[in-house]
Amino acid sequence: MAAASFTAAKFLAPVAARSGGERAPPLPAGASSSSFARTLRRGGAHHPRLRTAFAVSSDLLAGNKAAQAAATHPAVTREEALELYEDMVLGRVFEDMCAQMYYRGKMFGFVHLYNGQEAVSTGFIKLLNQADCVVSTYRDHVHALSKGVPARSVMAELFGKATGCCRGQGGSMHMFSAPHNLLGGFAFIGEGIPVATGAAFAAKYRHEVLKESSPDGLDVTMAFFGDGTCNNGQFFECLNMAQLWKLPIVFVVENNLWAIGMSHLRATSDPEIWKKGPSFGMPGVHVDGMDVLKVREVAKEAIERARRGEGPTLVECETYRFRGHSLADPDELRKPDEKTHYAARDPITALKKYIIEQNLATESELKSIEKKIDDVVEEAVEFADASPHPPRSQLLENVFADPKGFGIGPDGTYRCEDPKFTQGTAQV
Amino acid sequence: MLGAARRQLGSGPMLGQVLRRLRPAAAAEVARGYSAAAKEMTVRDALNSALDEEMSADPSVFLMGEEVGEYQGAYKISKGLLDRYGPDRVLDTPITEAGFTGIGVGAAYHGLRPIIEFMTFNFSMQAIDHIINSAAKSNYMSAGQISVPIVFRGPNGAAAGVGAQHSQCYAAWYAHVPGLKVLTPYSSEDARGLLKAAIRDPDPVIFLENELLYGESFPVSAEVLDSSFCLPIGKAKIEREGKDVTITAFSKMVGYALQAAEILSKEGISAEVINLRSIRPLDRAAINASVRKTNRLVTVEEGFPQHGIGAEICMSVVEESFEYLDAPVERIAGADVPMPYAANLERMAVPQVDDIVRAAKRACYRAVPMAAAA
Repeated sequence: MAAASFTAAKFLAPVAARSGGERAPPLPAGASSSSFARTLRRGGAHHPRLRTAFAVSSDLLAGNKAAQAAATHPAVTREEALELYEDMVLGRVFEDMCAQMYYRGKMFGFVHLYNGQEAVSTGFIKLLNQADCVVSTYRDHVHALSKGVPARSVMAELFGKATGCCRGQGGSMHMFSAPHNLLGGFAFIGEGIPVATGAAFAAKYRHEVLKESSPDGLDVTMAFFGDGTCNNGQFFECLNMAQLWKLPIVFVVENNLWAIGMSHLRATSDPEIWKKGPSFGMPGVHVDGMDVLKVREVAKEAIERARRGEGPTLVECETYRFRGHSLADPDELRKPDEKTHYAARDPITALKKYIIEQNLATESELKSIEKKIDDVVEEAVEFADASPHPPRSQLLENVFADPKGFGIGPDGTYRCEDPKFTQGTAQV
Repeated sequence: MLGAARRQLGSGPMLGQVLRRLRPAAAAEVARGYSAAAKEMTVRDALNSALDEEMSADPSVFLMGEEVGEYQGAYKISKGLLDRYGPDRVLDTPITEAGFTGIGVGAAYHGLRPIIEFMTFNFSMQAIDHIINSAAKSNYMSAGQISVPIVFRGPNGAAAGVGAQHSQCYAAWYAHVPGLKVLTPYSSEDARGLLKAAIRDPDPVIFLENELLYGESFPVSAEVLDSSFCLPIGKAKIEREGKDVTITAFSKMVGYALQAAEILSKEGISAEVINLRSIRPLDRAAINASVRKTNRLVTVEEGFPQHGIGAEICMSVVEESFEYLDAPVERIAGADVPMPYAANLERMAVPQVDDIVRAAKRACYRAVPMAAAA
């Protein structure tokens, strides 16, 4: 069990160089605006009792240039960098367009925007295959986009049109796409975690019981949820069962420090969420969620672990949402200096700077990507605008999968009397 | 008199039970004689065999719940399944209803066919968010992309002396929600047929069993024992034909209704007993056809009266067959209190056969004088 733990050697090296092994200072009690001034986490790899408590350095002190220079970034190819850039820009431009459309009355109800958190979605989801699953919360537009759902389908869904990915029946909070293995879109926090655990269970079951194997390994499931969810009972129930049954899942905490107006520190007895992983026997990793390359590196390891069958990982991404909880949130409780601190760490600006400094692409190439994304999103809005509303007949459709309902086949006879009703042979 | 009773009653055990009340000495003898004709099976064995056959037929079916594996099932319904199918397909879970129900739903989203057992449906309240929000609503929210072929089963309703938190009937709660199918078997034939249909169904099914029925035996024909036997979801069964008053019931109350029908027949009232079998969808056609024939209706249920099954049935009849009613609809339900513990209070809190008989008589005496019937 200990041998198969998270191989975080490459992450501990920069930390070990600076740390003396002493524990991180405790967070100030009741602090809100200074919550982001947490310093380096220390890994506990050498400590026998915390054998699976690994942490990745997450240098949060703005302006600490020496530390930033010392933090090495993993190598990324030009193609990968441009893919990441394009995906993050798509997320940002799309969400900004959503805000515009909402204030123009084209979009309605509850809309929760993802601005600022793009590094997490892009960093994780761009490493997945089509067969891997993503389960999200109500803040799911960008998860859908990263997983490959076309922008026009998502926009049409938000407008409530029949061409949306769920034909207008789900809405902003319930994005489902079976071909992309996007299993929702849940309004209740914590609801997606057991569902994701179930999808991971299905992947393992298919591999072990149904003997359907793939050369890549197990299909992996990503469960995305926030800091507020980490106080919910279902979260702990699933950490337990996922580790107990060694399910191929990665639990990704998008810790943006706020649950509507409830600060994470006011709500949580021990705010360091990554530590809850080792309590259940799985590695807990903390990563700077505003840096897509660091997120990607951690994601790679966690996903590989799950594919190999070594079980779940809990990854806490420290991130921030630039807008309020939803478009109806006046966002009065967050302090301006906290917002400016994180605005300075905008993941898209950071990646752009990195790409240019590392000479992976020129400024004008990045500009042309931005222009392309602008066009994509504009086209999505036009498509959604032009699409028809759902027809009246759609109201009563799809309540049940069995179309005639109630065990009666299309020709009016009882399905149970059809000799082909059961697939397979019943041997008793 | 015994001869007449034997002709009128359909099933062996009912005959035995009713006769025990009237002529204890002769009862056992007659029951034995009658039931020698057909094979008998307990509801427990019926459920076990249905699970066994469906798990054998389709490898994506698996069973998850507390004590279903090594303990052989809290009520021994899943006896022997762990040995046959192994721990990968019969999973003992920690005590985490919300967690494992959600896991079942997620597995159903992703191509498997889970059977989630609740030790009693009272515990399903800890998981009701997943049953309603992730299972029932998903096919609709995803516009047909994600169907959820899952079965939630377990004992429902009052047992004996288990107190308020273990005795509630959830039929009305789950039948309220579009997107769920709710089944309530009574006999072994119902248990087998409906469970097999539920497992094969591509939608979420709530399968409400009854702990006190598990040990009861019913005769089963060879057709019922066949491995491809299953019953249609959404169709009720006329357990006993009659022409004076319709009595609808489900689960354990069907037995009581049949006993009441027997008593009523002595008094010249011929009662038609409908075993609903399926609460959602409700077989409105059968209920209305019966009421149009008899013109009187008594609904029987064990759960709380307000907003219950009887209320829905009454409204359905008022909407479709109002002109046919000769008397107001009578509703028999459990007492509007949490279930008390003391045995005599518990008896008063649950419908008894006498209550059904009195209600049927009220329904018959209301509008027209009762005709004498042989």
